[in-house]
Amino acid sequence: MVLLGGSGSGKSTLLRQIIGLERPKSGQVHVKGVDIAHCSAAELKTLRRSIGVAFQSAALFNSLTIADNVALTLREHTRLAPSIIDLMVWMKLAVVGLADFGKLFPQELSGGMKKRAAVARALALSPEILVLDEPSAGLDPIVAAELDELILILKEVFQVTLIVVTHELPSAFRIADRIAMLYKGTFSSIGTKDEIRASTNPRVRQFLDRIPDDMAKSPAVAAYFEKYLQSPEAT
Amino acid sequence: MATVLEGVGKRTLNELDYVGSLNIQWWATLRAMVKSLPFVGNRYRWQASVRQMLEIGVDALPMVSLMAICTGFILAMQGASELRRFGALHYVIDLVAVGFTRELGPLLTAIAVSGRSGSAFAAEIGTMKVTEELDSLRVMALEPVEFILAPKYLAALISVPCLSIASNVCGIFAGGLFMFFSTHLAPRLYLHYVLASIQLRDVITGLIKSVAFATIIAHVGCLEGFRVRGGPDSVGRSTTNAVVKSTFLVIVADAVFTAIFYLTVKS
Repeated sequence: MVLLGGSGSGKSTLLRQIIGLERPKSGQVHVKGVDIAHCSAAELKTLRRSIGVAFQSAALFNSLTIADNVALTLREHTRLAPSIIDLMVWMKLAVVGLADFGKLFPQELSGGMKKRAAVARALALSPEILVLDEPSAGLDPIVAAELDELILILKEVFQVTLIVVTHELPSAFRIADRIAMLYKGTFSSIGTKDEIRASTNPRVRQFLDRIPDDMAKSPAVAAYFEKYLQSPEAT
Repeated sequence: MATVLEGVGKRTLNELDYVGSLNIQWWATLRAMVKSLPFVGNRYRWQASVRQMLEIGVDALPMVSLMAICTGFILAMQGASELRRFGALHYVIDLVAVGFTRELGPLLTAIAVSGRSGSAFAAEIGTMKVTEELDSLRVMALEPVEFILAPKYLAALISVPCLSIASNVCGIFAGGLFMFFSTHLAPRLYLHYVLASIQLRDVITGLIKSVAFATIIAHVGCLEGFRVRGGPDSVGRSTTNAVVKSTFLVIVADAVFTAIFYLTVKS
């Protein structure tokens, strides 16, 4: 499921509510049957084990190597032997294409590599749901395409439920099964990829066809021109 | 008139909110600290705690020792210049020994640690908040209080009293140097007089103060970090606030403790 929407449409808020960082103030959010607004801290903790999140800024822990970043949840939440943990870490890094870079620190990686490391970290506990916040933001088209391929592999091989927030329309249509469009805090349209592509909803069309808002319609600009036209200099 | 009252009221409520948050954080940390203990707790938490002890304690040792030696000289010289008039130069030894053990050792250490580690905690946690690392921890079902705060607090509780003792030793050593060069007092005799003037309760009260100071520094520093909202300028402000507030609270706490010990413990 890809979440599309303009800036300020509420994508980030919805995402934070899905992963349990915020409680919804109105409406309902249910994840795997758990009501986010009213669940207990313990339920939230159990739920978080089955969700993996890769934030927009990668948010890797600077004091740990990439391998330690990925191993963190494994060491904290399981009782596996260190050798098995190392093997699993290597496997997750290999999936995202960073198998040779485990010993590096986040500061030493490029932007694309950091994003991939964040995905590897999100995959550490083999979650059922993977949430990606703007995975292709700030990446060049080639690296973004590689990330798309990775997401498709995750979808098909690992059978993960993916929720991706993105602005990049080519990526969105490549990876999505279903698309939801947000506008000012509500869903303006939800449907399959083809339904959205053929949608006649004006907001969806504006987003997909890249039509800008009419800037002269801003009240401040209109008022300025009014005043100018009435002043003595204009005549 | 109404706006002045509003201002005062708002300020009071903000400060009460701050103190309340500090308290809540302290209790949460105490509960989480069990997991950071050696042997009975999580191995990684204890390792993190040991690393923090190296940073808070061992790295601060040169600075704290130097501060204590200089202050020891200052105290000895200022005291001597006055006591000399009464022919009571001998009492400089008491002044330095008891002054450091009861008061100056813990206080100087707390001020040094507040500047070094209080600001470091605020900056580290504040930056983690800005880069979404704290959120990452939460979605990985790792509570920041248990993962970050508890090892730091445990490390502070162990390091700061040790630093206070080191500071006492350095200050008394400086006093001894002064006495040796001014009155040619033999070091052995000086040590004898020092041990005669210090009582166990002086050392104990000093250590109790150290523990309280460590609590203040660790929690104010971390709370300022958690309260960061926005970008780098907010991190900078919270770092400054951490040092200023913790130093202020340390000195206030010192006054309170001194008053309590003065009134309750009879010599």
